[in-house]
Amino acid sequence: MNDLWNAILGLQDQLSAHVLLSASAIALGITVALPLAVWASRSERVARISLAFASLVQTIPALALLALFFPVLLSLRAVFGNGLPTLGFLPALLALTLYALLPILRNAVTAQANLDPGVIEAAEGVGMTLRQRLLLVEAPLAAPYIMAGIRTAAVWTIGAATLATTIGQKSLGDPIFAGLQTQNWVLVLAGCLVSAALAMLADTLLGIIERGFRERRRALSVGGLVAVALGVVAALFAQFGGNEDERIVIGAKSFSEQYVLARLIGQRLEASGFEVEYRDGLGSAIAHSAAATGRVDIYVDYTGTIWANQMKREDNLPREAMYDEIVQWEEANTGMRVLGRLGFENAYGLAVTQDTARSRSLNSIADLARVAPQMTVGGDPEFFERPEWIAVRDAYGLRFGEQRNFSPTFMYNALRSGEADVIGAYTSDGRIEADKLTVLADPEGAFPNYDAVLLLSPEAGKNEAVVSALQPLIGAIDVGAMRAANYSVDREEDKLSFNEAARLLAQRAGL
Amino acid sequence: MTAAPPEALVFEGIVKNYGSTIAVADVTVTIMRGEFVALVGASGSGKSTLLKTVNRLVDPTSGTVLFAGEHVTAKPMPALRRRVGYVFQSIGLFPHMTVAENIAIGPRLAGEKLRRDRIEELLALVELDAALVKRMPDALSGGQRQRVGVARALAAGPELLLMDEPFGALDPVTRDALGERVRALHEDLGLTTVMVTHDMAEALLLADRVLVMDKGRVVADETPKALVAGEGGEVAQELVAVPRHQATRLAELAR
Repeated sequence: MNDLWNAILGLQDQLSAHVLLSASAIALGITVALPLAVWASRSERVARISLAFASLVQTIPALALLALFFPVLLSLRAVFGNGLPTLGFLPALLALTLYALLPILRNAVTAQANLDPGVIEAAEGVGMTLRQRLLLVEAPLAAPYIMAGIRTAAVWTIGAATLATTIGQKSLGDPIFAGLQTQNWVLVLAGCLVSAALAMLADTLLGIIERGFRERRRALSVGGLVAVALGVVAALFAQFGGNEDERIVIGAKSFSEQYVLARLIGQRLEASGFEVEYRDGLGSAIAHSAAATGRVDIYVDYTGTIWANQMKREDNLPREAMYDEIVQWEEANTGMRVLGRLGFENAYGLAVTQDTARSRSLNSIADLARVAPQMTVGGDPEFFERPEWIAVRDAYGLRFGEQRNFSPTFMYNALRSGEADVIGAYTSDGRIEADKLTVLADPEGAFPNYDAVLLLSPEAGKNEAVVSALQPLIGAIDVGAMRAANYSVDREEDKLSFNEAARLLAQRAGL
Repeated sequence: MTAAPPEALVFEGIVKNYGSTIAVADVTVTIMRGEFVALVGASGSGKSTLLKTVNRLVDPTSGTVLFAGEHVTAKPMPALRRRVGYVFQSIGLFPHMTVAENIAIGPRLAGEKLRRDRIEELLALVELDAALVKRMPDALSGGQRQRVGVARALAAGPELLLMDEPFGALDPVTRDALGERVRALHEDLGLTTVMVTHDMAEALLLADRVLVMDKGRVVADETPKALVAGEGGEVAQELVAVPRHQATRLAELAR
């Protein structure tokens, strides 16, 4: 209970970002929907087309809509130049605005269509111009219905805004996604509770404004509006009151190791007097481009990932040669600085229990080839599709008796229960140590290297104070320490928070 | 400014088509200042359409309408509509405005503020209590609402009052009282009034002159007295036959 309360209190930054994002999207939605509704009331065709478009947008899952704006904005760079952000606030705002459009537009159009024709005739009969008719008659009569639409839009938008986390925009989705990845239900619950409370608060306040319009009680509408405005101003102050520009932004992809390493980096920087903030749950490609454009200052990536995903290389070089090429490539292509290797690898590997290793005398993957036909191999659903697996399979001529898919958590259980004899694991996974597994050696070097490297945005790379604060991390973290830290946040019982795990890691690394 | 011509309204060759449907087929009629004219006919005879060409709620397909000697299209539409009071069956009070705000809307659009005593005076003209000014329309009875409708039409001091089935939705007692009230206002305020109705008895009892319309044309243009005496042709006489028959039956009952 106390954990939950602390988690909730730790969400102030995400809450204010969430409020600003949602409020901006709803405000933009209103400024687009209302003129469109007026136009639609004068033209049947516009009404049909705009409502059809808004309904179509609604059928796109919010997550997909957010993701779609990345390529759209990327292609718009041809027009607006490379300064156009493709991640973060702008795409989130645009996607949520489109999402907010339908309820506002539909209610406004319906309200207009349902106006008493006698009232419209009277408005014309007393000599109102179109503009007067809109301002004096149509707008006040439609206002409560439009307000009801805005309420619906607000509740939807606040809910959907949690998904903005996935495209690098801070929101209440941060704790939800972080918690989902690490099975930390307290974090998930904290994010859900705060976002639900925000939605209910917005609904109540907007409901008061609606009632004010409906019952023609000015005090209610004005009071509701003032309360909403105060909330937005408070969020603005919370977001921009501190010196946002001087904060160092640390990115993390969406798995435990990344969250812990981000905290480790953050703690070191804070100890050197910097203010930091975290941008959690980034997709792999998003993390890289966010750092290249300086939206994120520092994050940890893996050599094999950069090699394949960013450099589009398919060959496999020895460790040192690969690292050197990556450093040069980043410097030349993105301006990012690869500060160094942390000292451990999070690669794909094939793991067996110690018993299996002993009884079948397995030391390397080469040994495995002999006995593979009598064994079952397990992997997460992605594993058997990846080029790394195909490369290893072909290099050693592996032919397993059976091949099964498991979710990552169940994969380890399957190994323990004997449903799988070998699994495709991540080498820094804490469960390797906890379950006393043996990762088989790879003498052919068929699995590519996944050395963890520290990447600095072009700007952060020039900041000597930052560099010297982080320099001690280079080469300091061995795979055992990383596994232990990962396990401390992944295990079912006694989970540590990311910050605690990071402190533990620092201790073990002698920092 | 030259003296206003004696003709209040001149319709010249008015035709109105909706697609292939002919609503008004070539109507030429002159209405003099101070006349109370009833336009009578069955549903779809074109009487409402003809009326609405005056305040340009309908623009004719061809033909011209002169109001006080001027083409109705000569001035901006809002200016025209403020000189022409308009009362219609669905009343159309603005539900979000008080009685006072409804009455004052015409002058307000012209940038004038209607004084409280003027509003009370208008309410008195339609025999409503001044205490109603702050009421919302949904707190009024049907008869009270239409009285407010009439007061609103008169608020800007129009020369011409157009009424489109003004009493159609009212109960008979209210209808009778309000009809007489409007007739009296017509006299007192020196108005020219054109009233559309499908009720020949109402037309005969209130108007000075009755125009009967059928299939978009004016088929009779008579005084009530002449119509009752059997003039005006077949269509007109069919319409007159209804109240005449009712009167006969009532007279028989009274015997």
